[in-house]
Amino acid sequence: MPLRSNGLTRRSTITAGAMAAFASLLGARMAFADEKAVMAEIRKLYGDKALAEGRIRLDIPEIAENGLVVPVNIEVESPMTEADHVKAVHIFADGNPQPGIVSYSFTPACGKASAATRMRLAQTQNIVCVAEMSNGSLHMAKANVKVTIGGCGG
Amino acid sequence: MTTKPTPRVRVPAKAAAGEMIEIKTLISHEMESGQRKDAQGATIPRKIINKFSASFNGKPVFSADWHPAISANPYQSFFFKATESGEFTFTWKDDDGSEYSAKNKISVG
Amino acid sequence: MVSRREFLQATSAAAAISVAAGLGPLGRAAAQQRLSQADILRFEPTGTVTILHVTDIHAQLMPLHFREPSINLGVGAAKGQPPHLVDAEFRAHFKVAAGSADAFALTSDDFVSLAKTYGKMGGMDRVATLVKAVRAERGDDKVLLLDGGDTWQGSWSSLQSKAQDMVDVMSALKTDAMVGHWEFTLGADRVKEIADSASFAFLAQNIRDTEWNEPVFAPRKVFEKGGVKVAVIGQALPRTAIANPRWMFPAWEFGIREEEIQKQVDEARAEGAAVVVLLSHDGFDVDRKLATRVKGLDVILTAHTHDAMPGLVRVGETVLVGSGSHGKFVSRLDIATSGGKVSDIRFKLMPVFSDAIAPDAEMAALIAKVRAPYAADLSREIGRTESLLYRRGNFNGSFDDLICDAMLSQRDAEIALSPGFRWGGTLLPGDAITWEAITNATAITYPNCYRNEMTGAQLKEILEDVADNIFHPDPYFQGGGDMVRIGGMGYAIDIGKPMGSRISGLTHLKSGQPIEAAKKYVVAGWASVNEGTQGPPIWDVVRNHVAATKTVTIKPNDAVKVTGA
Repeated sequence: MPLRSNGLTRRSTITAGAMAAFASLLGARMAFADEKAVMAEIRKLYGDKALAEGRIRLDIPEIAENGLVVPVNIEVESPMTEADHVKAVHIFADGNPQPGIVSYSFTPACGKASAATRMRLAQTQNIVCVAEMSNGSLHMAKANVKVTIGGCGG
Repeated sequence: MTTKPTPRVRVPAKAAAGEMIEIKTLISHEMESGQRKDAQGATIPRKIINKFSASFNGKPVFSADWHPAISANPYQSFFFKATESGEFTFTWKDDDGSEYSAKNKISVG
Repeated sequence: MVSRREFLQATSAAAAISVAAGLGPLGRAAAQQRLSQADILRFEPTGTVTILHVTDIHAQLMPLHFREPSINLGVGAAKGQPPHLVDAEFRAHFKVAAGSADAFALTSDDFVSLAKTYGKMGGMDRVATLVKAVRAERGDDKVLLLDGGDTWQGSWSSLQSKAQDMVDVMSALKTDAMVGHWEFTLGADRVKEIADSASFAFLAQNIRDTEWNEPVFAPRKVFEKGGVKVAVIGQALPRTAIANPRWMFPAWEFGIREEEIQKQVDEARAEGAAVVVLLSHDGFDVDRKLATRVKGLDVILTAHTHDAMPGLVRVGETVLVGSGSHGKFVSRLDIATSGGKVSDIRFKLMPVFSDAIAPDAEMAALIAKVRAPYAADLSREIGRTESLLYRRGNFNGSFDDLICDAMLSQRDAEIALSPGFRWGGTLLPGDAITWEAITNATAITYPNCYRNEMTGAQLKEILEDVADNIFHPDPYFQGGGDMVRIGGMGYAIDIGKPMGSRISGLTHLKSGQPIEAAKKYVVAGWASVNEGTQGPPIWDVVRNHVAATKTVTIKPNDAVKVTGA
């Protein structure tokens, strides 16, 4: 199997067989996070504060090209002034061994609240993004990423 | 595994006052998640870079707390609104206590 | 011809309706009436810009038969919409007479008898004749020739020459710009080498390097035609790194990146472009959705899904063109502008009937030259077929049945898996199966035919995954292509169900027994995207089978039960 699984174990059993690497197969004995685990993480940070929709652009591929390297790009609408800016952004995944991906701290010096990194995804799952504004209000966005063996196209 | 992590940064050398610039960073690192097992079935201990931070003329600008799900050779980009000439300091903190850093100057005018 | 204004009126009632503006009077031609070159070229011009579009030629330099699908199911918003219409429904929608030349070119039923009347289609020397005639009529300065990709792959000569044959032909045709998909399976270095030296632009706004996330190719090019700035934005197949071996271009990532397309459109408009064209290899349904989300595209030239449509499909202010595949068609769009905006579009899908169109002598000579090193091999007869051998269809094709039979017998397997490729020519009953015919259906850069064990559970998982790639209700989650073809095993599929629950009733055909989840089966397959796949090239497997069989007969395939359509 050419997959150099550096992070998340996979039951990548179909060696030279299937038409593509089976990135979507779950680790047999591994516990995975779920939606509840993600909500628990958010509660740890912010208690039961309301999560509003909107203002967050969560840009991830609909289908991962490589589960080990999935680009995730966020941007939160904000004037980024001393009085009104994005303080923090947290990104979680509900189908990885642990829900946390990354937590960002922004300052008005950033000019815009946008950042991009790359993550490992064990399977098809939801990515959840929570943004904390300087006035303490919270916003949330969610998107699904499909991790697939792929079809053999036209 | 044993090669020393090497940071690389792309910052424009010049910018106009008020211009929004994108800063891109990379560092070579395994980002061992602590989830993998070796051939004997023993868990390979976690060793990741857990924090990236950027400051400009000594003032914090942006930071990222990375979890084990961040890919090997971690990439991080973010933005900065150029207002004056100065120097960026970028710092990466490893689980083992090591710190790696890079500095980049920018002239604004 | 229907003018843009007329068809705006005709379609104002619905968000996306297609109009049979394409073949015009040809569409009403009586059955059995052959077309002349003049009929095919007849066009009432408008404006000062003409765009010619060819796509998915799949390296077919010579005329061939290519049967369109008899099953082409749409899901979600695409259900029952063009291009997801076949045969009688297709003819009714586009006002094509049964038995007519257009019916032969565009639909599948009665293919064998109509093939005898109308002959082969395509041939790049005939395409050259049409392109030159349009250039002569309009003037070189008004005509833009755009290639939608999947041009460099699909034949023995392109495989052996690493696409040099196609690059030479497309350069001689004076192609202005192209985009890619199968091109990338030549490997990143070869693609870059050609893109950096070719006489045409290789455009792809949606390919980034995996290190710094920077563009790998030029995203767009602005052409000045007839005094009008025409911006062409390239969009490679977003799923290339999933559908094809990523290890062949490991430093590139793809994706749809619609916000980046919007940026390209806005920048092109700011530069004064009056016409903005997306030269796309997304596949039709992806582009139909994209047209509802990206603003300011005048035309999307679609590709990948091989849809030939004699009418434009309109979505909002954008028109979508489907120019078919294998050199069967050349699309012509005449575009008039006023006040820096498109004011009228006229369209015709020109069918390339090889018996009706005189081959261009220069191009014919070039084709003979690039094929010469392989000519003896290509014409070698391996066997004959008593059955119609074709590729297209969502679930199976008789040529795929032949390939599966070859894997079962030559690799001593219980089950065979063959990818749902949409390219490869069609053979008529009685035709010779030549080396060219075999390689037209198999010529890829990762041809190894593996043999190994899979459990029943793994087989089901493969089917579910591929099915979701085709029948996910949101086209952005689709990858294109058709279902993986199966030899030796039957199954039932409910295409309306979600992923993981579409497939049931897996049956081992030889024994009639249900496939057991935990049991291991010997499986042969080809076109694995995994690096280092072992086994003989698929063309040798098929050749050995055909040579041993001598005369091929394919029984009707009823192993896949489809519901939910």
